[in-house]
Amino acid sequence: MKETTERVLQPAEIAEACRQLTDQGARLQMAYAWFPEPGESPEVLYLADEGPGKPFPLLRCRLSRESVQLDSLASQIPLLGWYEREMTDLCGITFAGHPESHPLVLHEGARPPLPPLDPRYLKDQIMPYTEEAWDLPPVEGNDVQILPFGPVRGDVLESAQIVFYYIGEAILHCHPRLFFKHRGMEKRFEGLSPMMGTLIAERISGIGSVSHALAYCQAVENACECEIPVRARYLRSILAEMERLYNHLYYLGHLCHTTTLKVGEAQGKLLAEQCKQLNGFFTGSRFLSGLLKPGGLRRDLDLNGLPGRLRTLEPEIESYMRALETTNSHLDRLITTGHLPYQTAFDQGASGPIKRASGIRRDLRCDHPYAAYDSLTIKIPMCRDGDAHARAQIRMAEIRASIALILRGVEEMQEGAIDTELPMSPHAEGLGWCEGPRGSTYYCVHFDDSGRLARVKVKSPSFSNWRVFPFTVHDTNMMDYAINEASFGLTMAGCDR
Amino acid sequence: MPIWTLYGLSRGLATTPWPGKGDSAQQQGVLGLPVFNPDRCDENCRACVDSCLPGAIGVEASVSGERLTIDYGKCIGCQLCTETCPGGALEKSDHWAFGVRRREDLVWTEALATQEAQELKNVIRSTFGRSLHIRHVDAGSCNGCESELQALNNPYYNLHRLGIFFTPSPRFADLLLVTGSVTYAMHEPLLETYNAMPKPKWVMATGTCAVSGGVTGGGYSCAHGLDGILPVDIYLPGCPPNPSAMIHALLLLLRRAEQMVHGGHYGQ
Ligand code: SF4
Ligand code: SF4
Repeated sequence: MKETTERVLQPAEIAEACRQLTDQGARLQMAYAWFPEPGESPEVLYLADEGPGKPFPLLRCRLSRESVQLDSLASQIPLLGWYEREMTDLCGITFAGHPESHPLVLHEGARPPLPPLDPRYLKDQIMPYTEEAWDLPPVEGNDVQILPFGPVRGDVLESAQIVFYYIGEAILHCHPRLFFKHRGMEKRFEGLSPMMGTLIAERISGIGSVSHALAYCQAVENACECEIPVRARYLRSILAEMERLYNHLYYLGHLCHTTTLKVGEAQGKLLAEQCKQLNGFFTGSRFLSGLLKPGGLRRDLDLNGLPGRLRTLEPEIESYMRALETTNSHLDRLITTGHLPYQTAFDQGASGPIKRASGIRRDLRCDHPYAAYDSLTIKIPMCRDGDAHARAQIRMAEIRASIALILRGVEEMQEGAIDTELPMSPHAEGLGWCEGPRGSTYYCVHFDDSGRLARVKVKSPSFSNWRVFPFTVHDTNMMDYAINEASFGLTMAGCDR
Repeated sequence: MPIWTLYGLSRGLATTPWPGKGDSAQQQGVLGLPVFNPDRCDENCRACVDSCLPGAIGVEASVSGERLTIDYGKCIGCQLCTETCPGGALEKSDHWAFGVRRREDLVWTEALATQEAQELKNVIRSTFGRSLHIRHVDAGSCNGCESELQALNNPYYNLHRLGIFFTPSPRFADLLLVTGSVTYAMHEPLLETYNAMPKPKWVMATGTCAVSGGVTGGGYSCAHGLDGILPVDIYLPGCPPNPSAMIHALLLLLRRAEQMVHGGHYGQ
């Protein structure tokens, strides 16, 4: 794949190669499997990031038909744990010695006759399922209570279940049960044309539709060796920042909801609404969807009026954020809450604002510029405190940066073409990435012999951050839970797919 | 906390006067589901059919040969058909108030019987009337629908002013509002919530996923929305439906607003 350094390895060499990468300071970003030919054994791929400007290391390994098995690396490289379990559930690969070897993506009781991502598994075949008891961590001691919360939770929330092990107010252990919303989205790309794939990507996480469509389109363009026009690059960056803006403002409003700062909640959500209305007005979609396609954009946008509208909103946003930062009752609830140390963030795979709040300086927009980010340079906001307040501060700094980026983008953008022909590319493969509001989004696409999609792997930021989140909940108290969860700004849809 | 009191007061009223008065300008620029003009269709071209991923546009046999038809219950408003149709048989529009009581009303029919159209006219008592408590269940959405549902409680839409509230407990709920195409894992929790609600109770399928599955229905882990799972009182397609469309559909349920779509025709 372009922009990667590929190494093809034997199954026995994978563990050593992964260790080597981490020793060199690279960080694994995702691992997945696919079936290059129906009925044959799967290939497993490991993608890492070695830092700014360096190509992504990619390890590939074809398993043998006799032994669809690898050694688990989860106890040495913890962030791989979930990827391995996902490959077990969806691709039927066993990982020997996995420390948490129960199902993850498919719930206990789901019995697909073949691994669902095997191409022989028909696209429209529902898998048999009977409800079964779950594998929960055992408890000893009489005073420990177990409280399962969800999957239908209060307010308007996405479905997920959080199991608390607690004594009084103290949480001993937090065990999220996720993937209630697993819709099998990766399977849906199978057999589609590159254009149609965009519609699926946009619907993996509705509030991240630009990030997903962008990473997807870039993966396709990378595979087809297609260069898109400059104006399309600018428009893509502007749309991506507009997405960040409404997401981060909603985040601040929701955080105020958990700290019971009513006016702060109302104002944050109103500002988010105003941004969505701008999105609707300038692009036809409050979620900025239906605009991207492999090869550029589907239609040109007239954004000349946007800077004016944004400049009227800017002082409102600024005074709102200043007020939040001087409200002690709000800050008291955030400071020290949900502490995530640097090392845990690094080892467990934290992404986006979460990792930057814990001192990890990584942002795909700077490290591996895409769209127009090579011209639109940004400063990465950083914090080291790793608490809920730091996570909110990062987002506030990013709001300011997004506004500046949109204004500069609209100013610098020249008239010109917005799309280019996408060559048909049988058997091509490509990698795409994007730093969305919640963190790094990766797409890998593999085409079949007729230039249709054979496999699309989606790595969403919430998949990474849900894995990390419980580490900030163990040994805290019930009162802080909602604040902490809000400070992570997670989505279920992206994680569960 | 005087700074926030002052802050709130200084911002004044942010709420839209709609639907009490005011027009639909509050969704300025937002594209709805496409308008269907079958007369403008060039017989031999099936470009729109091929461009429609969820299969909302189809061909059906009629006395005068084959003709195009559209089922808005399956439409995700992706606008691809409007971009591929060379003749304007499908056009972009601002039609978003697609909430209906009967699933059939989302399916295109040549002509509505006048009498039927008459009967379908609701008797609108007033925009403000009895209250409603909603329990929402996410049965496997992309979170786009939730984002717009959450927007209903922002100061702009301020759903409370219409006497409509979200409630955490199904026991106090009149309406089960469902999003998503119903995954295997959410099937039971969804039914449990429904069963915990007291009678009389209503169900609203919100978003194309819940109405028909959209592009996320089917597959190895999903049903095709609420079809065959729960009785539905209001269908609201859209991907996602915008907050005004949601308010319209809720008022439609309460007979406080008029249905805009009959037999796939908008606004007659
Ligand atoms: S806008 Fe609706 S009818 Fe048109 S292609 Fe998209 S889903 Fe099909
Ligand atoms: S209808 Fe559209 S917006 Fe709503 S959940 Fe489905 S895909 Fe998402």
